[in-house]
Parts: sequence; C-alpha cells; structure tokens
Amino acid sequence: MLFNFKKTVVAATTSTLLATGAFAGSHALSGDLVIFSDMSNPAPRAVMEGMIDRFGAMHPNLNIDLTVIDRENMKTQILNFTSANAPDLTNWYAANRMIPFVDAGLFEDVSDLWAEDEFVNNLASTKGALTLDGKQWGIPYTYYQWGVYYREDIFKELGLTEPTTWAEEKANCGKIVASGRACYTIGTKYLWTAGGWFDYVNLRTNGYDFHVQLANGEIAWTDPRVRQTFANWRELIDMGAFVENHQTYSWQESLPFIVNGDAAAILIGNFAVAPLREAGLSDDKLDFYQFVSINPDVAMAEDAPTDTFHIPSLAKNKENAKEFMRFVVSAENQTLINAGNALGQLPINAQSAVDDDEFLNQGFAMLSTNSPGGVAQFFDRDFPAEMAGIGMEGLQEFMVFPDNLEDILNRLETARADIY
Amino acid sequence: MSATTQHIKAKPLWNKQKLMPWLFLMPGILFFAIYVIFPIFQSFNISFYKWSGLGEPKYIGLKNYVKLFGDRAFEISLWNNLKWLVLYLLAIPTGLAIALFLNQTVTGIRLYKSLFFFPFVISQVVVGLVFTWFYDPTFGLLNTILTSLGFAPLNVLGDPTLVTYGIILAGLWPQTAYCMILYLTGLNTVDPDQVEAARLDGAKGLRMLWYIILPQLRPATFIAFVVTVIGALRSFDLVSIMTNGGPFGSSRVLSFYMFEKALSEYGFRMGYGAAIAVVLFAIMMVFIVYFLRAMYKQESEPR
Amino acid sequence: MFPKPIHRSAAHWQVFYQGMLPLVMILWLLPLIAVAIFSIKPAVDFTNGNYWGWPSSFEAVENYGKVFFASDMPQYLLNSIYITIPTVIGAVALSCMTGFALGVYKFKGNLLIFFFFVAGNFVPFQILMVPVRTLTLDMGLYNTKTGLVLFHIAFQTGFCTLFMRNFIRALPFELVEAARVEGVAEWRIFWFVVLPLVRPAIAALSVLVFTFIWNDYFWAIVLTQGVENTPVTSGITSFNGQYRAAYHLMSAGSIVAALPPVMMFFAMQKHFIAGLTLGSVK
Repeated sequence: MLFNFKKTVVAATTSTLLATGAFAGSHALSGDLVIFSDMSNPAPRAVMEGMIDRFGAMHPNLNIDLTVIDRENMKTQILNFTSANAPDLTNWYAANRMIPFVDAGLFEDVSDLWAEDEFVNNLASTKGALTLDGKQWGIPYTYYQWGVYYREDIFKELGLTEPTTWAEEKANCGKIVASGRACYTIGTKYLWTAGGWFDYVNLRTNGYDFHVQLANGEIAWTDPRVRQTFANWRELIDMGAFVENHQTYSWQESLPFIVNGDAAAILIGNFAVAPLREAGLSDDKLDFYQFVSINPDVAMAEDAPTDTFHIPSLAKNKENAKEFMRFVVSAENQTLINAGNALGQLPINAQSAVDDDEFLNQGFAMLSTNSPGGVAQFFDRDFPAEMAGIGMEGLQEFMVFPDNLEDILNRLETARADIY
Repeated sequence: MSATTQHIKAKPLWNKQKLMPWLFLMPGILFFAIYVIFPIFQSFNISFYKWSGLGEPKYIGLKNYVKLFGDRAFEISLWNNLKWLVLYLLAIPTGLAIALFLNQTVTGIRLYKSLFFFPFVISQVVVGLVFTWFYDPTFGLLNTILTSLGFAPLNVLGDPTLVTYGIILAGLWPQTAYCMILYLTGLNTVDPDQVEAARLDGAKGLRMLWYIILPQLRPATFIAFVVTVIGALRSFDLVSIMTNGGPFGSSRVLSFYMFEKALSEYGFRMGYGAAIAVVLFAIMMVFIVYFLRAMYKQESEPR
Repeated sequence: MFPKPIHRSAAHWQVFYQGMLPLVMILWLLPLIAVAIFSIKPAVDFTNGNYWGWPSSFEAVENYGKVFFASDMPQYLLNSIYITIPTVIGAVALSCMTGFALGVYKFKGNLLIFFFFVAGNFVPFQILMVPVRTLTLDMGLYNTKTGLVLFHIAFQTGFCTLFMRNFIRALPFELVEAARVEGVAEWRIFWFVVLPLVRPAIAALSVLVFTFIWNDYFWAIVLTQGVENTPVTSGITSFNGQYRAAYHLMSAGSIVAALPPVMMFFAMQKHFIAGLTLGSVK
C-alpha cells in the first residue's frame, strides 16, 4: 500500500471490538479493493483511514488501496473516473446529486443490499435519500444536523438567550451588532454556505413541501412566496448581521471570526464543531440552537445532509465493495466513526449509539422529535446540479447586493425554464 | 525486342533527399496531429452536440451558439477578456522601463536582473496564491499599506468592479518580467555606433529613446506583443486559483468559463463548453494569423 | 550604450542609483517576501492577528518539516519530476528531428508544415480539452503520468520545433554540404554534424520546457487526479484544501512548490534567457 495510515485513537480502541468477534459472519476477502474518498478534511480523513485499518484487519488477504481526493476537486473528478479506471467505491452525495450518474448508468444498483435484514431493520430513515426510480444507488455513512452554533459566553455577556421566534432572533442580533460584532460569520467563496441560509429561511417561511416543489422546478422564482423568503432574509442583511467580505472566504476561513469573537454565531453543519474545538472554543463557549421559527403556521423542517458511498458500475471488485458497505453501515462501525472525536456526526444505523456529545445530543433530539416538517438534503443536493450552481451564485450576489434581487430572480427564473 | 534496351538501375528513382525530411518529420507530426491538430477539429464537431460527457451525444446543430448569444455569463467573460487584452499590454512598456533601469554595469547588476526575472519562473498557481494573500481583506499587505497611509481598506477580490483588475495586476507581474528580459537582451544588440553618433548630435533622453533605440528594438517588441496577447487570452490559472470566477461570476474569462461549463460539478455540458472554446479559438486566430503573416514576410526575405 | 552609463554621470547620481536598486527590487518582490515571512511564523501569530509584526517565534523548521514529512507534498514533487523529465527528453528529441528536417531540407510544404507547428503552439488549451481528455480516457491513460507526458510532448513539439528550426537554419550550411559531398548518410549528418552544433539550443530548450511543464496547472487538473499521479501545481491546491486557513503551512507549501524551477533558473540562467528571446536577437 502506498499510504502511511496514521494510527488514530479510534483505531486503537477498536481492537477490543474485533477481539469480541463483533463481525462474525463475514468470510475473509481476498483480491483488491480500490477506494476513492473525498474525506480530505483532517478529522474525516482520519476516520476513513481508521475504517480501512479495521476492515483490513478483518480481511488480511485483501489489498485495500485508498486515494483521498480534495473534497472540492472530487466534484469535478468523479465525472472522469466513473467513466474510466473506476474505483470500487467512491464517496458522493445523496438525492438529486446522484441523478447524472444514475441516468448515465454509472452507479451500481445496490437495491439487493438494501433488501438485506440489516438495512431493512436499521437504515429505514435514510433510504429515501438514496432512492431514485424506486431503486437504491448507494449507502449512507453519516448524516449531520445543521443549525446555529453560537458563542455562549458572548450571549451571556450581552444578556441574551437562545431565540425561538423571528422577533427574538432580530432583537438578539440588534444587540450583538450594537456591541460591535457581527451576528453571523459565513464564508461564501464556494457558494454552498449561502444555500444553507436560503434553505432555512425558505423552510421556515414557506415550509418543507414548498421547498421541495421549488427544488423540483414546479414553482417560479418570481413567486411572491419566494420573494417573502428573500424579504425576511434581507432583514438580517440590512441589520449588518453578516461579516463583511464573506464572498472572499471559504467556510474554514470564516471560522476565525467566531473564534475571535468578531462574530457571535454561524449557521452551519456539525462538521464545523471539530475545527472550532481545535481552534480553542471549549464546550462552555460554544452552544447550539435550532434555527428559529419565522412563520408559526409552518412546521419546522431541517437540513440534514447525508454523505454516501457508491459503487461505480465499471468497478472491478463489486463483491468486495459490497462487503465494505456492509461493514460501513454496521452498528458498531457507525457508533465508532460518528463519535464526537471522530466525525462528530449522527449514525445512520438505528442500533448505533449517539456519542455523548453536547452537540450530537441536541442535534439528535432536534431531528428525531422537533422536525415534524421533514428533512431536506441541502440546497446543492435537492436542486438539480445546474439549477443549484446558478441558484447559489444568485444567493451569494443577493447577500452582497440585496438590491439586485429583481435581476437575480429573473435570472433564476430563466434558468428554471431552461433546465427543467 | 529484348528487354534490355535500357538498363534501368534496380534502385528506386526516389531521390533520397526527398524522402529523408519526411522520415525525420514523421514522429513529430504524428504526435502533433493526434494531440493538437485533430482535437481542434473534433472540438468544432462537438460544439454541434449536446453531451454531458456521460451518455450519448445528441446532435443539436447551432443551438449551442444561439444560446451563447443570450448568455449573460458569456457576455461578462467576453468583456473581461477585452479588459485582459488591453491592460495586459501594459507589461510591454513597463518591461521596457525596468529594462532601461537595469541596463547598467554596476556591481551586482546580474543578480538584480535575475531577481527581477523571478516572478516569471514561478508557477502561475503560486503567483495566484501570493496575490490572493496580498489582497486579503483581513491581513493582506495591500490593505495594511493602505490603512497605514490613511486610506480605506479594499476588498479587491470580493468586489465585482475591482476583481478583474486585481487579477490582471497579478498576471502583469510575471509578464512584465518576461518583457523585461526580452528588452534587456534587445538592448544589448543596439548598435553602439548609432548611439554615439546621435549623442554627438545632442540627442538624449526621450528623443534618443524614441528615434534611435525603439526602432532597433522592433523584433523584441514584436515577440513581446505576441506572447503578451496569447498570455492574456490564456489566463486560466490565475482566475481559477484566485477567485474561481467569482464573486458571482464577475471575474470569469472565456478560458475559465469553458472549463466550468464542460467539467464543473454543476453540470457537464461538453458541447456548450466546446462552443465557448471555438469562440475563444476564433479570437486567438486573428492574432495567430497576424503573427504568421509577419513571420512569412520575414521568411521571404533573402537569408 | 543606452541609457547613459551611470559611470559617466555625476557621483551623486551613481550613489542614488545604487541606493534605488535594492529598494525597487524589494518593492518588486514584495508579495513573495510577504509569503516567505508567513512561512516561518507560528500558527499562534495568525490566530492572534499578528500578521506583519515580528514573528513571535521562528518556526521555519517546523513549518517546512510539516510540509515535507506530514503531507503529500513529497509525492507531488516526485510526480512532477516523473512528468517533467520525460517530457523534456521527448519534446527536445522530436523537435531536433523536425527542426533538422525543416531547417536543412528544401521541399514543397516546408513552410506550411512549419506554420502548422507554430500556429498549433499558440492555440488556447480549451479548444483541445474535451477531445484530448476523451482520447486519453479511451487509451486507458487517464490519471496516469504517462497520459500527461504524452500530451505535453506532443504540444511542446510546436514551440520546440519553431526554436530548433530557426537555430538550425542559422548554422553554416556548408558543413552539411561538405558532409553530403563526402557521401555521408543523412541520418549520420543529423547525428554527428548537426546535433553537436545545436547543443546550446538543446540546453536552452530543456530548461524552458522544464519550466513550462513543471508550472503547468490546466492539464494537470484535466488529466490527473489524486495523490499518486498529480503534479505539484494541482497538488498544492489539495494541500491548501487540507490546511485551509493555516496560512503558515500554505505559504511554506507554496514556496516548496515554486522552488524547483527557480533553482533550475538560477543554475542555468544563460541558457534560459537565450531560449526566451527566441530569435529576436539574430
């Protein structure tokens, strides 16, 4: 193997699990297994390498070859390698992001895997996200909540409490801005973070069903309900709620603002907790709340994107790949890799334990009980790729130049006519 | 009659000299044809199809080109390419100025010349990174200098009106270094007798430059012009590294837009991308033809 | 000599000039100097907002150590070497032959073929992108160093042919004629007469092509991916993706990525400059 896998704490603690024969029933594999992963950020990367280590220990005759591709680069390169020199497994995203590959026959149909007991019993919640045309095209390995992560100590200093209504949210924000800070940090250089804001404001203003219809091209962008979403969003923008120059920063580069206290909060997924902790925000400084309700008649719905593995149809070792998939979704593995010191996200196996981490607990509770409206996959996965691209550019522009709204909406509307 | 009226030598009548050049040329031509010449025509062909790179291509005639005309992003890209073409030419006089500045024989001048040439040797990727940090609104050197002089800070790469100029400035850095070297070498071949004669006549400074020196630098200026134009139209690396075409597509250029359309994550439209490439190629062709004609005139002169 | 040689001016101009030189140079290289400074600062300085002050500690060894030992940079550098050197050899070899053919022989179509090479060198990459990518995929060479090398050799042949042919044309033709009169075979003339004479051109060309290929970014991202095969220009973006916002590491990585052509340049300056001026000085 070409790579020097760092031994992680996670890997060390799993040897005990192996000793208990937790994976009884999987015969040792041989041959090759080629995996292309986009888990390039430090914590996910360690998790991926840990999984390879453990799977490799179970199958000593199996030659596992892992290539880690930068997460942004993967989005271009997956097109290339699925059509030639395909690996046996690749990461990607669920829902409508799978469409180009499914339509071109480049993803392997794994419905047979989903018919197995483990999947039927324990993975029901994520099946929908992996289904197109009634068949399943991949497996999930984690999902995570989105919400507002905020500086508990700054809130305390300003005498603020977690808001639950739009009015409270704006009142809080007013006080934060008055204290010389921004309410929210954000980095829109790669556009999708703006999609997160749109998702939430739209879900709260108009509800899950409306959002899905918009994603499917059934509603015009110039519809007054869409305008209402933007109007609500604009209230925050006009208050100076967002940090300046966010279009220059990636999400990682936007974190220093909340670490320094120049911003009080950030709307992002749970993957940001690890770098925030590493930058020095201990749990008494960082807390989480569900995005506020804007329209009280609308049921709360959340973004909870699922990250996935797929088998390219040109793969050479599909049986080995399927075995790895079984391993990935198994309860023990799911508990391990989603633990607070690993991915810090939510397991997709109902039998797994959610790690006792402040944010995971809050997220899990939110998603299981307080999200009656539904669970969305995120802007750039619910909307078809091209619409998402054009849409997010418009959202970024709106955040910087809110007065261009008319122009933006018209542009999005023209795109909608063209794409759907 | 017997068959031996004329004894023709068994050796073929081909002049060996006629065959030889082709033997030498074959490998080079083969490589070049396969990887450069044919693909140009293939791209032309692809531009008439709709193809996502994953399935079967679908013939749609000129639809891609029609779409281009109404495409706002394409329009912005064209305008930006125009800005690049015009402003990038600043490298030539700037390069000349630096060359004149350095054309002395003081101690250590060789080291200075090498150091000035530095930026050209670095990859455009690194140039892009270096300037991105230079322009960074929080800690960039540019804003540090501006604020210390009392000016308001700028977010060059985040401002749609400034961003293209910021990237062009980054590109001018290595390009000026290149023109500088061209002129330095050119200055070495200026006829010293003419210079002395003109000096005796009382010419100096700008007049000397304009009437005596510049005409002799014409070959260098020609090369500088061609390479600068080609470089301006090729500006993919910098745009990709510094802004990814943003903010909101305001720094897009044709070379980048083509790549985006054909290979980006948000829609693989190879046919449309090929159409953009064809337009870019057409623009380049104007300059290529101009260059070839000038070369042809040179070639036709007696050796 | 123009401008007026500084020795001939008053003493105070000489001093002024000598003083201006380093100043202008620092201004010129300012962005690079900034990056170099970043690369030796510790991470703490960045989180504390101390960007331009004196580094609180000198972490050159640590930062560069991380780049070399705790990242994929060494692999990227190795890939760049495996891609660049074969390209240089291939392109120079091919162009010696084509330059010889076009420079020594008179035949119909000589100029036309020459112009094909020249024009092809100036086309924008984008017009080649889709077909070359498809071709490389079909040949099974996608995401291999070989695939990238083959393309680069082919494309650089354009520029190198232009260069070599001009150089060979400037050689004294009598040498070739004399050899022909003696009945020397054509390929022997190529190998024993012409090649030794074009050694300086080969040196210049090699240095130039090395720099162009090492610094190529576009084809690296179109034809390769992943750590095993991608060269350092696209590797640096992955490296930066991994260490995003860790500016001290990103700076150190960028400097390491930029270094080899710079070192090559300083070692072979004369050849480099000779190559670039491309016959503007005949």
